[in-house]
Amino acid sequence: MAFIELSGVCKGYGRAGHRTHVLEDVNLSIEKGELVSIVGYSGAGKTTLVALLAGLIFPDKGQVKVGGKVVKGTSSERGVVFQNYSLLPWLSVLENVQLAVDQVFPKRTSAERRAHAMKFVEMVNLGPAAGKRPRELSGGMRQRVSVARALAIEPEVLLLDEPFGALDALTRGVLQGELQRISQESGKTMLLITNDVDEGILLSDRIIPLGAGPRASLGPATVVDIERPRDRKALNHDPRFRATRLGVLEYLLESGKQKRAERDVVDAKRDVTEAPKPELKSQAAASEPVQIAEECL
Amino acid sequence: MKSNLMDGVVKYVVLPLVGAGCVVLLWAVASSSFATSLPSPLKTWEISRPYIVEPFEKRGELDQGILRFTWYSLIRVAKGYSLAILIGTPLGLFLGMSKGFTNTFDPIIQVLRPVSPLAWLPLGLVLFHKPEPAGLFTIAMCSMWPTVMNTALGVRSIPQDYINVARVLKLSAWKTLTKVTIPAALPYMFTGFRLSLGIAWLVIVAAEMLTGAPGVGGFLWQEYNALIYEHIILCILTIGIVGFMLDRVMGLVERRFKAA
Repeated sequence: MAFIELSGVCKGYGRAGHRTHVLEDVNLSIEKGELVSIVGYSGAGKTTLVALLAGLIFPDKGQVKVGGKVVKGTSSERGVVFQNYSLLPWLSVLENVQLAVDQVFPKRTSAERRAHAMKFVEMVNLGPAAGKRPRELSGGMRQRVSVARALAIEPEVLLLDEPFGALDALTRGVLQGELQRISQESGKTMLLITNDVDEGILLSDRIIPLGAGPRASLGPATVVDIERPRDRKALNHDPRFRATRLGVLEYLLESGKQKRAERDVVDAKRDVTEAPKPELKSQAAASEPVQIAEECL
Repeated sequence: MKSNLMDGVVKYVVLPLVGAGCVVLLWAVASSSFATSLPSPLKTWEISRPYIVEPFEKRGELDQGILRFTWYSLIRVAKGYSLAILIGTPLGLFLGMSKGFTNTFDPIIQVLRPVSPLAWLPLGLVLFHKPEPAGLFTIAMCSMWPTVMNTALGVRSIPQDYINVARVLKLSAWKTLTKVTIPAALPYMFTGFRLSLGIAWLVIVAAEMLTGAPGVGGFLWQEYNALIYEHIILCILTIGIVGFMLDRVMGLVERRFKAA
């Protein structure tokens, strides 16, 4: 049995009658130590999927299991990196990380907890900024704090909800490299949610498209069979990379088209047919520079 | 640069003085024409002089320098206001955190909130038999509501992100309160504290007038009874200036917390 198991998961929001069905019949299994990416449209329900796994919300139908147990709430076994960092602005970098540590390791002395938190702050290369407040940091640095906070509780699983979505392309590249390193060093099970197909392929063992919503469900998984460490520049010329990207993109575009067509039928009487905007970064010229100096340290 | 300085002087010194001058002029005209029982500005100054130039003098229980009276009033306000904050903040936190608590207590709070200090004071006298605690009770009852309402609003406005963080990190209830809820709500709470202080200062006058306690309000009422109307004006000006300064100080504190 897989480490993470979603079977027949449905989730909707709103009252009966006006209910929006976000996810429908989502099935997913992730093995221990695997890094899986889920790529999909904005608003397709990616964040809902993360919230379900984190235990912040619960499925209407189906089951979410982690480590063989049904998810009944949040747990320090599952670390979450939120899309918008979600750092507490009144705490310093170290305090933000330590807040998590204090809660998970109450038996350690405060000096030990502090050292533990500091280790993770240094792991994301923020040692010199440990005493700063989040507002004094750039977006990329904030996201690193968020990663450090999630890792510091030493979770079994790391859930990353579009972690680099709000960053510029260059910073993104640097942080992708760091995540790759962390993932290899720690060997943790990770689920990466992204809207960037290239990012998904670069980082993961398996990439799975999430179809367009409403009633989104997962498409066929593609194993990314490219040796690590992966270099973004070289990857662009790799035929396996291109084939994977094409496959995932085609699935997503096809599913988007289908959903639009369905909606057109439903909305035939109304005049509103706003197409979902795919936020997919599929430009062939993506990922140029990788050798960027450490971002503003 | 120089013209900026001049602009500042005009805006913040000259124009306000002109405004005050207009009111004094109006007052002088009124006192010398249709409102003859109103003391003129000059007479007010002459009669009030000993109270202003020797502001801390104590000549008798009800014959003291104006700042000495102000000090008594400030102490009283500080006590009543502290009481209001001590009761109002937790009440606001509960209202903000619990829907059930809000449904239960919000209606009665809305009923009690508009009650005038003049109505609370007799009840305070009935409850405590002495004017001093009755005054504090009145100040607390009247001034806590902005703290209650703003604290509750602040807690309700905490971004879902922070709440999610607290849940994902499995913070204990106490940690969530001290590390997430209160810091996030603090700017709102300070707005409440500031409005509460304004009300506490408003109420002090009424409380002292009714109880005859020594203080700015007590002095005002006593001088009315003694027919020394100049001192009424002195008291009004003092109350206004002190209230203005209190608001400014709280405003500065509030801004500091909002920036942090």
